Amino acid sequence: MATTAVPPVSAPADERVRRKSLGARLLSRPEIGALIALVLVWVFFAIVAHQHNFISWATTASVLNTAAPLGIIAVAVALLMIAGEFDLSVGSIIGFAGMSIMLLVTPSIGGGFGWPLVPALIVSLVLSLLIGAFNGTVVLATKLPSFIVTLGTLFVFRGLTIAITRLKTSRTQLGGLDQISGFSIARKLFGSNLTLFGSQFSVAILWWLVLTIIATWILLRTRAGNWIFGTGGAVDAARNVGVPTRRVKVALFMTTAFAAWLVAVIEAVQFTGADVLRGENQEFQAIIAAVVGGCLLTGGYGSAIGASLGALIFALVQQGIVVTGVDADWFQVFIGGILLGAVMFNNFIRRRAALR
Amino acid sequence: MSANGTPLLDVRHISKFFGSVIALKDVSMFCRAGEVTCLLGDNGAGKSTLIKTLSGVHRPDEGEYVFDGRAREFTSPREALDLGIATVYQDLAMIPLLSIWRNFFLGSEPTKGFWPFRRYDVKFAKETARQELSKMGIDIRDPDQPVGTLSGGERQSVAIARAVYFGARVLILDEPTAALGVKQAGVVLRYIVQAKQRGVGVIFITHNPHHAYPVGDHFVILRRGQVFGDFPKSEIGLDRLVQMMAGGEELENLAHELERAVGKSEASEELVRAAQALEAEAGGLTERESPGPRPPATEAPPSAEVPADPPGTGAARPGPDD
Repeated sequence: MATTAVPPVSAPADERVRRKSLGARLLSRPEIGALIALVLVWVFFAIVAHQHNFISWATTASVLNTAAPLGIIAVAVALLMIAGEFDLSVGSIIGFAGMSIMLLVTPSIGGGFGWPLVPALIVSLVLSLLIGAFNGTVVLATKLPSFIVTLGTLFVFRGLTIAITRLKTSRTQLGGLDQISGFSIARKLFGSNLTLFGSQFSVAILWWLVLTIIATWILLRTRAGNWIFGTGGAVDAARNVGVPTRRVKVALFMTTAFAAWLVAVIEAVQFTGADVLRGENQEFQAIIAAVVGGCLLTGGYGSAIGASLGALIFALVQQGIVVTGVDADWFQVFIGGILLGAVMFNNFIRRRAALR
Repeated sequence: MSANGTPLLDVRHISKFFGSVIALKDVSMFCRAGEVTCLLGDNGAGKSTLIKTLSGVHRPDEGEYVFDGRAREFTSPREALDLGIATVYQDLAMIPLLSIWRNFFLGSEPTKGFWPFRRYDVKFAKETARQELSKMGIDIRDPDQPVGTLSGGERQSVAIARAVYFGARVLILDEPTAALGVKQAGVVLRYIVQAKQRGVGVIFITHNPHHAYPVGDHFVILRRGQVFGDFPKSEIGLDRLVQMMAGGEELENLAHELERAVGKSEASEELVRAAQALEAEAGGLTERESPGPRPPATEAPPSAEVPADPPGTGAARPGPDD
């Protein structure tokens, strides 16, 4: 019987595929934990802070406005994490990109280069991408864990930003971006607000949304997405079947650098200036968001939507605490607790899904 | 058993050195389409190096690699793969967290549409994965299932089906049954036969003669980096294969060791006898070792049986002098 030809597949096989219920299907998605956590956190604040007008468009707008920059970073960080690598230097790249724009546009009297805004944006983008490529190349060349490499570059880039800015301008903050030619276009693209229901929604939310959709599409519906999962899941196996794992990794380090640049631009336009310390701690917040959103620290599993939901939870807690009037000192306790809870819940779900 | 024709893959007098280590020395072996060539050897016999040479990871330092009638020099496994030489590694075949269909097409994803909207043809991939697997007789419940939820045997089987689907003409299987239980190993052996019946030349690497014997057409035994013999199935029985795998000298040493440990016994004498028989035969065989189509080895000279008769004479060692 071992050698007899097997009858060709027919319709019955099709039916068995559909046997899996919608519930089981949902549970096998990586972002389900984050979705449930989001609902729980929202309900919690809706109850605790209902007399503080938590359920309002104004609060919703401020939650989304806070979540957007973090979400942009978290989505990129999630892609990289799925491919099995970390980028702890994103926060520093935000500071670097913002400051490089400001240095380029600041008039020479102020110690800058006096460029118009658009070329400054392009040059800082190129520099940021180079930094991303540098991170990736060093990780691949040294074969060291990216956690360590980017922990190093986290300090290197922050230090460089501070040192160069201070050297050129003897300051740590540069302003006056609104005086630079080209600012009006940049403001439309990166700094405008949409008024809906009487509340101000930042255009950054749109960027965040678009990036999440693109990232999700890439992950689930393109070759590159398959390669990202494969690279993070088992790098040797992926390489054996012809996945260009090195290219995938470098491209994703450049993606996180791109996301950092985008956030830097959005913030620079919003605040018409930059600070050398901008983006501090964003790397950890982004990793928290990605992990809460279902990314495995070991790679090979996760989702961009999950990372976005994670960023939303982060912002919800932040704004919820502000609205409730609870001492903001409790924020970190809350976030840490949610991180642990979400990770445990994700693990539990994953085991259930695997056993199904 | 098809084609007594020319070998599809044929390596001749291959040697591979790593610094002062001679990993392979003067190794010749071949594989025909629609046949299973079993490559047997104990740990350290050079199996891994030979596989890596065959699959294009290593380049041989000496010797010739002929595939499909032409001499080849591979600089990467990808080149070998493009010619249809596919290798399924023991534990590096699949990505556990990825679904079956994603694993099946990993690295060779079907796409549709035009850039920048070119996308993974998910429907085709799922359909094809299921069809191809069931052609191999692999019954999967759901192609969306992560490969990690499959058993070890099923995983190897999916990897084999994948290689066959992507046009493997020679399939190199690196110890596919090593980590498996009896039943699971049986599953994999079935798919090896399936692949063979579909005209693929299979090189089945194992150190388990009990797995090799039922599916193999001929058996190449590797010992200490050299080919110890190449036997068609018609000329060798399972018991002989087992004996040879263990190696004559090793058996003899073991016998002496046992003797020292527990004193002379019937079992140890038996072992010594078996070892001597093997040594004698090895001499005869390595003499005959020659490139190209092997002569139909007219079973070991009668001298091989000689030492079996006088019992216990451990010192009398008939040399390979004929």
